[in-house]
Amino acid sequence: MRSLDALQVESRIALRFLGENALQSLLIISGIAVGAAVIVFITALITGLQANIIQQTLGSQSHIKLTVPDQANRIAPASGGTVQLVNETMRAQRLQPILNWQEVLAALDTQGDLLAVSPLISGPAIASRGVARNAVVLMGMVPERYLQIVRVDTDIVAGSFRVGAGNAVIGSELARDLGLVVGDKLQISAAEGRNTTLLVAGIFTLGVPELDERFVYLDLQEAQTLLALPGGVTIIDATIPELFEANTIAARLRALTQLKTESWMESNGDLLNALTSQSMSTQMIVVFVGISVAFGIASVLAISVVQRTREIGILRAMGSRRRQILRVFLLQGAVLGFLGSLAGAAAGYALVQVFNVFGPQLFFVPVAPGLLLAAVALSTLTGVLAAAAPARRAARYDPAVAIRYV
Amino acid sequence: MQELPEEVLRLQGLRKSYNVGTELEVEILHGLDLHLRRGELAALVGPSGSGKSTLLNVIGLLDALTAGELFMLGAPTSAMDDEARTQLRNQRIGFVFQFHHLITAFSVLENVLMPLTIRGDKVKPQQVDRARALLREVGLEKFANKKPNAISGGQQQRVAIARALVTEPALLLADEPTGNLDTHTAGDVFELFRRFNREIGCAVLVVTHDPRLSASCERTINLVDGFIVSDAKNVL
Repeated sequence: MRSLDALQVESRIALRFLGENALQSLLIISGIAVGAAVIVFITALITGLQANIIQQTLGSQSHIKLTVPDQANRIAPASGGTVQLVNETMRAQRLQPILNWQEVLAALDTQGDLLAVSPLISGPAIASRGVARNAVVLMGMVPERYLQIVRVDTDIVAGSFRVGAGNAVIGSELARDLGLVVGDKLQISAAEGRNTTLLVAGIFTLGVPELDERFVYLDLQEAQTLLALPGGVTIIDATIPELFEANTIAARLRALTQLKTESWMESNGDLLNALTSQSMSTQMIVVFVGISVAFGIASVLAISVVQRTREIGILRAMGSRRRQILRVFLLQGAVLGFLGSLAGAAAGYALVQVFNVFGPQLFFVPVAPGLLLAAVALSTLTGVLAAAAPARRAARYDPAVAIRYV
Repeated sequence: MQELPEEVLRLQGLRKSYNVGTELEVEILHGLDLHLRRGELAALVGPSGSGKSTLLNVIGLLDALTAGELFMLGAPTSAMDDEARTQLRNQRIGFVFQFHHLITAFSVLENVLMPLTIRGDKVKPQQVDRARALLREVGLEKFANKKPNAISGGQQQRVAIARALVTEPALLLADEPTGNLDTHTAGDVFELFRRFNREIGCAVLVVTHDPRLSASCERTINLVDGFIVSDAKNVL
């Protein structure tokens, strides 16, 4: 293990050099620690914030939505050599059921990259109580499946999530508009003059006012009857484990089912844009903090190389090879980066905990162990890279000149 | 210790120039012939600027020669690369400089062991014993664990001598080793050179300005303006 022994010699010399200038080393280690702490804190904060925003957005919608393709006019192609002018009136999109949805559902159930699949019939209606009337969206579904897509049952503020046998679950905004509490009756008028009376079994707050005012959850079959689509569903919802693969998986499902698909990434384009910009600005901060840390290490080592010119000369005269001198200074950079980032990662972690306990508490910021490891590894690497220039300079010293340096 | 050949050092028409190939080219050493045998103690004297330090650097393989040849233990060195010269320095040559140059981050004993440590192999117990024995010889055994800054200049120079001898070199080079010391301490330090030269049998070449010291060497080489103007045995 000759090379390991050799490295041991070099690390001994490196550590002694750092130890001899303890104050100088401590100052730069503190500088690196501040940088690493900022990187850890801001990365954890932004990652946590983004995870929270995504979770909130996807708390009330599925990751991928499959619907019947829009109806379009079929225009007969013109024969060769003819110019065709078309004055087209767009088709009205009536509520259409998905054909053979049971088979589609069964096929989707076998897909390994889907967490859950749920059929839904969704259509417009008017909800009224006495003279108060509100436009609503009827959401007919199978609770065992639907609650795997949107956890409405965890957002219940009164009563419970219970549908079937004339029960319905409504949003808190609608309940307020119509003055409803759990146990009250609710009139629904839907397609083709079909009316019914539902019992309010539960009230939810998803946190999105638009949904809390419109959504009325009821049994699938009851909704099918009200919307005049017996046995039909209009939407199949799906969730996936890897959120950011939604577009890819949506494309695959489109090819598989011939249905129209929409991923959450397509329907939340603005949000994704904002998240990407935010990530970019975080990365910029990380890069610039990293650069300033690197300059700090480089300048301290450059000074150290000058301070130790004679000692480098005597080491070379005694038979230290250039590579050995080079490694002594590279190792100093690595040690500074490592110790600084170790302290910084601990401080960053502590800062996040302080934020979690004493901060605004709008959301919880977790710190991934991987982030701490990455911060330490990157700082150590930065230390080595920053040490490269001073180390090369030290290794190139002419021993005959260096020994006489005063 | 392996048996050394009789001839330790031989210079053949050695020339040294600086700024070679430019308008500023200047030749410092003009074709020197010199011969140093095992166990010889020679003083290199001469006025300032005569090229003594340059010659010592070239002989110590710290600086490359420009023309001629330098044989170290019979082997030509002018074609060697930096790596080979560095290795030869480590194994065959010991240096003592005017400003002792101990590494202040290491203890006295660690400094003495440094030429062995930087070889990269584990330092063996018998090597540590030898380093301690050398420190005892120079009268500093009890300072083994002190840092160099905690001992006097004369003591530091004695540590540097112990360090130069720890590898049992064939050639010991000293550049005004007593230049920074008072007369009394200088005499003590010089006495060490003489003793180790006798006991270990390595060739010693000492640059000195002190005529009393050079007179106590068995041979005096006088360098003036890059020429050896005299090379004579002293009557001791």
